Amino acid sequence: MKRLKFLFLSLFFALCALHFTFIAPGALAQAISSTELINNAKALDGQTVVYKGEVIGDVMRRGDFAWINVNDGQNAIGIWISTALTKQITFAGSYKSKGDIVEVTGIFHRACPEHGGDLDIHAQQMRLIEVGSPRPERASRIKRNVAIALLAALGLIWILKLLKRK
Amino acid sequence: MILKPRLEDLKIIGYYLGKIIIGLGLTMLIPIVLGAAFGEINPALDFIIGIGIALISGLTLTRVCFTEKDLNWMQGMIVVSLSWLVAMVLGAIPLYLSGHWKSYLDACFDAMSGFATTGLVLVQNLDHMSYAHNLWRHLIMFIGGQGIVIVALSFFVKGASGAFRMYVGEARDERIMPNVISTARFIWLVSIVYLVLGTLVLGVTGILNGMRPVNAFFHGACIFMAAFDTGGFSPQSQNILYYHSLPYEIITIVIMILGAINFKLHYHIWMGNRKEILKNIETVTLFITILITFCITAVGLAQTGIYPKAILLFRKGFYQLISGHTGTGYQTIYANQFPNEWNHLSMVGVICAMALGGAVCSTTGAIKMLRVGIIIKALKEDIRRIILPERAIVVQKFHHIKTIFLEDRQVRSALLITLCYLVLYGLGSLVGMYYGHSFLNSLFESTSAAANVGLSCGVTSVAMPALLKLTYIFQMWAGRLEFMSVFTLIGFFIAAIKGKK
Repeated sequence: MKRLKFLFLSLFFALCALHFTFIAPGALAQAISSTELINNAKALDGQTVVYKGEVIGDVMRRGDFAWINVNDGQNAIGIWISTALTKQITFAGSYKSKGDIVEVTGIFHRACPEHGGDLDIHAQQMRLIEVGSPRPERASRIKRNVAIALLAALGLIWILKLLKRK
Repeated sequence: MILKPRLEDLKIIGYYLGKIIIGLGLTMLIPIVLGAAFGEINPALDFIIGIGIALISGLTLTRVCFTEKDLNWMQGMIVVSLSWLVAMVLGAIPLYLSGHWKSYLDACFDAMSGFATTGLVLVQNLDHMSYAHNLWRHLIMFIGGQGIVIVALSFFVKGASGAFRMYVGEARDERIMPNVISTARFIWLVSIVYLVLGTLVLGVTGILNGMRPVNAFFHGACIFMAAFDTGGFSPQSQNILYYHSLPYEIITIVIMILGAINFKLHYHIWMGNRKEILKNIETVTLFITILITFCITAVGLAQTGIYPKAILLFRKGFYQLISGHTGTGYQTIYANQFPNEWNHLSMVGVICAMALGGAVCSTTGAIKMLRVGIIIKALKEDIRRIILPERAIVVQKFHHIKTIFLEDRQVRSALLITLCYLVLYGLGSLVGMYYGHSFLNSLFESTSAAANVGLSCGVTSVAMPALLKLTYIFQMWAGRLEFMSVFTLIGFFIAAIKGKK
């Protein structure tokens, strides 16, 4: 019985130690969603967070740093990141391409004092999870056929109008 | 006794509606050209389908309902109100075909939001949208801001009196030039000159911000169209927050204010009469109401302590407020930050600003500054009447391009429209509350929709019930047209059902 008690107690303390090792105060080890960041901004303000998503739009270089916007499928969040780290980025999401999936670790600001009160993350690390790719486009057959049929109908109306005028 | 509409009425309405549909359809050529230039095959096909449907409907209507008669008041009003509904239905076709909207109703919602220059959105995955569709979203704001009928007036309508009736039906009762068609063309001239300048300035700023030149100028054109027409759409899902740029915010503030100013005032400024800005009742009222509503918002924000520095509070508070007051709806905060981070007082400040709006004969919605100014003047006149001896003659004047004596007729008209807006704000709030949203959030979103603003506190979403979407569509439509043409259309339908031959 004593052994069992000792085993349970050891397990309990081991779990506690694990908790404090990986989720230390001020740092959230698991990737957090943009909705959680926006909805719990006050509680997470100033904490180190891990945020994962697709780089979209432009990589906007501003001297030694740059702005990238990372969309996790719910919202896009602005990331202030050193230009050196952005060199890993090859694709930014747009109509023509699927952007790189990145995991950013950085300090979350509910109203960043450095950037005019923006809700943002100042990146400390960035890990490339998946390289994006171009999105090849093939004309939809249905759309093409409907467009041809409509243009033909339009041409017919036009010719009828001209004939009536004559 | 209500009379049933005659076949002649229907023919005249159908003929002019057909012309407006043709005009609207032809504007789809612009995204087709852009889509082709960027090698966007499917988006170009979406617009070919859209233009095909629009031109076939328009040509059929003008052929079947052909008439040489001019419009009377009732017909003019009905043409206007129907044009906006038809524009929504046709404008939504290429949007829906893009696959970025979950249902055709959602695409209609965004089309009406665009035409009415509101800015509320239900679009999905905006960050992967094609240039062609994105341009169309902003172009419909540009068209809607000038007025759909103005497009047709400028190019297709010959009869001056019928044109004036449609012009008035579209909530524009001020003529800048003696002729209403010249007025329409002047409005286009002002808008296009500013479009070129605005795109250039925003494009260069975008490049300096680190954007690629193509994107910088494309975004510049889109943002200009949506800011000048006080719309609020943006090419990216983060709205103005995407740019992380103070210069961009300052430039958009200037454009939003330019869009909120009366086109008549623009004309006088262009003609060198710059003092008019300082004297005009609308600009004076706008300045005072911005000051008051900003004070309310700033006090509220100071209470929350979200922005630790005064400059941050000013930057965030003033931007959302100006955006709301001019009816634009550009945001530099996330929608959910309004209810989560801003307190009730700061939200009330923004709601008041949204409810008041900009100038008449501008691209803004809401009650508008001329009416607010007139109501305040009338109140002052009544107070003076009470204070002064009974024999005293009390006269109230106001300056709007020229000095005008305040008459009961003007006060009555201003109060009636104000009352209609207040009822419309209340109606949307009730529906919002019915679906479980808080009073303040419902009022915020409803005012934003009815005043054609576009700021959102998170109520507008794909998940919201269809009835709420329809309510907001109705509010955007009725708010943009300032009720008269909407009431006429309702009356026309009643007459068609209950009227006697």
